[in-house]
Amino acid sequence: MSTSRSDDGTLVVRLEGVWSVEGGIPSADPVIHEILKPPAPTRIAFDASALEDWDSSLLVFARQLGDAAGASGVKVDPSGLPAGARRLIDLAAAVPERADARKKTRRDRPLARLGRGALSLFETTRGLVRFIGMAFLSFLRLLGGRARVRGRDFWLFVQDAGVDALPIVSLISFLIGVILAFIGGVQLRQFGALVWTANIVGIGMVRYLGPMMAAIIMAGRTGSAYAAQLGTMTVNEEIDALRTLGISPIDFLVLPRMLALVLMLPLLTLYADFVGILGGAVVGTVAFGLGIQEYLSQTQSILTTKDFLSGLNMAASYGVLIAIAGCFQGMSSGRSAAAVGDATTKAVVMAIVLVVLATAFWTVLYDILGI
Amino acid sequence: MARDLTLAYGETVVQRDVSFEVPRGCVFVIMGGSGCGKSTLLRAMIGLLEPAGGEVLYDGTSFWAADPDERESITRRFGVSYQGGALWSSMTLAENVALPLEEYTDLDGDEIARIASLKLALMGLAGFEEYYPSDISGGMRKRAALARATALDPDILFFDEPSAGLDPISSERLDELILELRDSMGMTIVVVTHELASIFTIADDSILLNAESKTMIARGKPSDLLEGSSDPRVVEFLSRGRKGVAAESDRRIDRPEAMI
Repeated sequence: MSTSRSDDGTLVVRLEGVWSVEGGIPSADPVIHEILKPPAPTRIAFDASALEDWDSSLLVFARQLGDAAGASGVKVDPSGLPAGARRLIDLAAAVPERADARKKTRRDRPLARLGRGALSLFETTRGLVRFIGMAFLSFLRLLGGRARVRGRDFWLFVQDAGVDALPIVSLISFLIGVILAFIGGVQLRQFGALVWTANIVGIGMVRYLGPMMAAIIMAGRTGSAYAAQLGTMTVNEEIDALRTLGISPIDFLVLPRMLALVLMLPLLTLYADFVGILGGAVVGTVAFGLGIQEYLSQTQSILTTKDFLSGLNMAASYGVLIAIAGCFQGMSSGRSAAAVGDATTKAVVMAIVLVVLATAFWTVLYDILGI
Repeated sequence: MARDLTLAYGETVVQRDVSFEVPRGCVFVIMGGSGCGKSTLLRAMIGLLEPAGGEVLYDGTSFWAADPDERESITRRFGVSYQGGALWSSMTLAENVALPLEEYTDLDGDEIARIASLKLALMGLAGFEEYYPSDISGGMRKRAALARATALDPDILFFDEPSAGLDPISSERLDELILELRDSMGMTIVVVTHELASIFTIADDSILLNAESKTMIARGKPSDLLEGSSDPRVVEFLSRGRKGVAAESDRRIDRPEAMI
């Protein structure tokens, strides 16, 4: 590319060779420099007689030049450009930019960001409380026989949250039992109280770790799945379709999931308790040389029905919390793939936080009640 | 060019013995009723579905027989605009258009931004660079998808159902854009559609697929096929839309209350 000035003050931009995006876009700066150099040209014209081939790079160049010339009040005569390029430049200018289209970037000050964060947290909490209220009303409707719940869906959720979760619950619970037994056994051996390893494993699994581990597994496995399912349904307008049909999405989608998890988590916990005790027994007998009969008798002597019931009570409450977190985040999801991902992450984080908070609550309450 | 192409999903054959040649620099329309395999044929042409038989040839090179490097150099010449737009939802419109440029050119950030802005302006989306796909309408998403498909000035542009879900004005504007891209940049454009208004407006050449016979039943310019074809299925397909539109408008005039 080169420039020249004709006698009438026209700045002629001579375009040569092949203009291709792959070869880079020639800089418009030398021509802009010519425009700004006094005396200012009367107009800008193009000579494309030596131009062999062109693509978008020519359009970008001509557009940039047009903007600079317009800012300097110099007219551009595009007639020397190839006909196709002229048409495309006209097309790009055919729909003028809408006055309110461009987004304004706003950079908040730290205090404003903090305030915005606090408001967002408040809104989330309000939404969560509202959601819990709606779920409770839906449950009451179910008891009154007025909720629209598909039995087939419910049993599928039961299967998913129950039988299908057994392999991962087995693995994790067994290993937790093994870990507890090792930690306890190594310490207790120093005092000649190895048999008490069974107490640590038994009480630890049944009262706290069984319910908690089952809950954390279900938060990561099932709570996140609920958020992803409902989030995707939001994106696909399936939830809107239910609403316009007059069917409550809470009755139809949330309630069966919630009931399935509330029913299955205590059962999974009971299963996790026994598998954890089995893991402890394996370590006690194989690594520490305790007799299996001795280990199991010690476990039986220390555990009471109250211990099991307190753990199952916690598990049921975890089921409610995990289902609420998963369904709430899914139903509040935005309408994009990224938003569904965010909803899933938030569901897991919220469920785990709620589970830990609930554990603290039950621990203090059991202590006060002497359970 | 497709030669004796057979398309199947597992054991289910969708189309068989499809052969045609796409002339350079024309708008070529693959038409047919719903479920006849138009989009499946497009997927085979752009390398997303391996045909059960036959060949897809680009300048004499068989796409599916080519080695991975050759295939990449062929696909590099494509631009594809999908039915739903398929814009990446986590990226702004400008970022969507910029990604192929970042991937395949050595341009710097400013140059890429200028090209992305130009492409969006060409599609009537000037000023919408920072918007996310979820912020804009379906018609705008289609145009943004077209901006992304043309980011690298492809030789061949594939377009799946451009008019689907669009109002008549947006649809007409998209047709004009397709013709402008053909005329101004000399692109070869392959369009899959069953929208008759679009077909008659944009097609230089076309094929008609049939779901019952699972074969291609016509080849030529749609207006010529309508006038000259002796196959009643071809005439029925190409004239049905016009009759349908006329009948619908008559019904609306007769019973204005039915519009509500």
